[in-house]
Amino acid sequence: MSQANPSVGQWALWRDRLLKLQSDKPHLVLLGLMLFLAFLAMDPATWFVLTISGMAMGTMLFLMASGMTLTFGLMSVLNLAHGAFISLGAFVGAVMLTGALGVYTVSPSLGWNLLAILPALFAAMAVAGVVGWLFEVIVIKPVYGDHLKQILVTVGGSIVLIQLIEVTWGANEIPVPRPGALRGAFVIEDWVPLIGGLVMEKFRMVALILGLTVYGLMLWVIDRTRLGILVRAGVENREMVEIQGYRIGLLFLGVFIAGSALAGLGGAMWGMYREIITAHMGEELMISVIVIIILGGLGSIRGCFYGALLVGLINLYIGYIEPRLAAVATVGLMVGVLMWRPQGLIPVIKV
Amino acid sequence: MLQSILSGDLPRSRVLSVALIAILIALALGPFLFPGTRAFATLGMICVFIIVVAAYDLMLGYTHIVSFAHTMFFGIGAYGVALGIGHFGSGFGAIFIGILGALLLSAALALLLGLLSLRVKAIFFALVTLAVAFAFLSVVTQMYHITGGEDGLRVRVPRELGPAFRPLDSVTGFDLFGFLGVLFTQPWNLVDGFRDAFFTVRFTGRTLMYYALFLFAGVIFLFLLRLVNSPFGRVLQAIRENEFRAQALGYRTVFYRTAVVILSALLTTFAGALFALFNRYVNPENTLNFELMIFILLMCVLGGMGTLYGAIIGAVVFVVAQNYLQDVLGALSEAVNVGGFVGSLIEPSHWLLWFGLLFVASVYFFPSGIVGQLRIWARRREMRQTVAEHQTESSAKERLT
Repeated sequence: MSQANPSVGQWALWRDRLLKLQSDKPHLVLLGLMLFLAFLAMDPATWFVLTISGMAMGTMLFLMASGMTLTFGLMSVLNLAHGAFISLGAFVGAVMLTGALGVYTVSPSLGWNLLAILPALFAAMAVAGVVGWLFEVIVIKPVYGDHLKQILVTVGGSIVLIQLIEVTWGANEIPVPRPGALRGAFVIEDWVPLIGGLVMEKFRMVALILGLTVYGLMLWVIDRTRLGILVRAGVENREMVEIQGYRIGLLFLGVFIAGSALAGLGGAMWGMYREIITAHMGEELMISVIVIIILGGLGSIRGCFYGALLVGLINLYIGYIEPRLAAVATVGLMVGVLMWRPQGLIPVIKV
Repeated sequence: MLQSILSGDLPRSRVLSVALIAILIALALGPFLFPGTRAFATLGMICVFIIVVAAYDLMLGYTHIVSFAHTMFFGIGAYGVALGIGHFGSGFGAIFIGILGALLLSAALALLLGLLSLRVKAIFFALVTLAVAFAFLSVVTQMYHITGGEDGLRVRVPRELGPAFRPLDSVTGFDLFGFLGVLFTQPWNLVDGFRDAFFTVRFTGRTLMYYALFLFAGVIFLFLLRLVNSPFGRVLQAIRENEFRAQALGYRTVFYRTAVVILSALLTTFAGALFALFNRYVNPENTLNFELMIFILLMCVLGGMGTLYGAIIGAVVFVVAQNYLQDVLGALSEAVNVGGFVGSLIEPSHWLLWFGLLFVASVYFFPSGIVGQLRIWARRREMRQTVAEHQTESSAKERLT
């Protein structure tokens, strides 16, 4: 009896800790649970490769989804034309990679490659940003505050943008060359314990690093700068920020442009990843984007990041076990999370 | 009489009434007025979309529930019939079983969606339905051993509904547009044109199927008109205007919202089944695609949300544009004949660009759609008339006193 008591106490303590973790950090619990279940379902080497690839896919999806979640959080604008910006970025990036800078792209040296990749990514961001600016001013501004009209107008705008992309670059699929240095894969040295001898695709590693960098930068801007404070305050209470004398409209415009530019960046990366692009690719990616922002909680950058990781991982895990169920699993994950936490994993605003 | 058929919800605009009567005549006598398979297919699609859009309007226009899962229910109906016929042979029993199964599945899914909408708020609901519809599309595309995947399924309709069945031979039709074309371009050949305009209609099982479709579209439309003008419909509109207030008045809005989602889903499923029988071929692209969902949304908004007549006008305008705007653009680009970017803007394959622009503009400038705008104009004219009458009356009175 005297022996059982402390262990029961400890158990209760652990249970309390777990429950607290479950309610405080649901995103970490869910991520851990998913990693753990997948680890049980497959052998460690496959699991490792799939996890890294899933995280790479997740960070690319994060680039695309972050803009949409912030636009909704800040101004409660639901931009269903976000997918068109993804396509736009992919096409601009592809044109840069194949066009004038094509020589640098095919070269096997990383240095020359960067001369093509960096301008391509910047061009994708710049064009998507400028078009986003025009789109916000012309299409979205007149329908602030009316969700139904926003849905209608942005759906219409999305059709027009995608048709314009088709007019400019044709309706057919376009192959995108992956830069020479990023082709193929590298093998992890055999002396590394557990994961030695595994083959990792180079491009996924680059995508992962870029995505994590952008996430870090965004967290820094949101958490540490004056701009970030204004954005966070605006998400929480728009009127209060306006009362303080800040022009929230301008702030929102900036966020919208940045979000469109990030969508363009994500699209350009996705184009290089898939090596083939169509004008409708953005629409297809929109499903993942929507699932991500719902999972994470509208308006939350952290939630968006974890949502993107979850979607990327479940896509690859389920895709490995039963490819046909990948899309169903993604949507099932979303429905399950909504039943558990209707506001999303890391809620910021009350919708 | 007319009042009771239309449930007291008259068009309330002279232009609209004329347009509706013209559409009714065109649809009723369609196979005898417009020759060619393309015109025939257009007529059938108009009837299908009248049901689909009217059912969608019940959700979007009357209750302000934005759902993107409407094509899912349409697809369930279409695939239900296709699979029923595929498994049990081409008989009416198989069709019945297929439709019944599809309706049950739709009702269950709609109930789930409706219950999910309890947990999440309006804007979430739109996004969730979008994701669910996409998952369904992906399942149908992947399960190719059942659904045929991207290739889809042929629907071997019963002989009575197929082209081989000929209950009547050589019925004479009158090519309306051909005659009008002659009338305007070469009026000196009027007599010849009039004689040439007569053509032989092949009255087959497909024509029968078209009339069944037409009949169902009419009955369902009148049923919906009855519904939205009933106390039930009033509650829906109350929910649209202010859900909180409707709740405060003692209506269980959750029940009403779920009921509308289910009813709309069932009607759309039925429309999907009719589509499968009419089109005799179903695949993900013509029943489940996201683009189709957007088309339904466009039709609903363009015709006028919250006015069931808008479903008719929207379906007619959109389906005709879909089938014939390409011809117009083709003629235009041939006539203008400029190359480069401007040239490709008016290429026939980019008709959707112009339709998208039209759609955005119409949301800004005519948010109540074609029907709503016509009614507004009609009301304005009426008011002006009453004011004028009042003035003449009062001036006459003044002269008397």
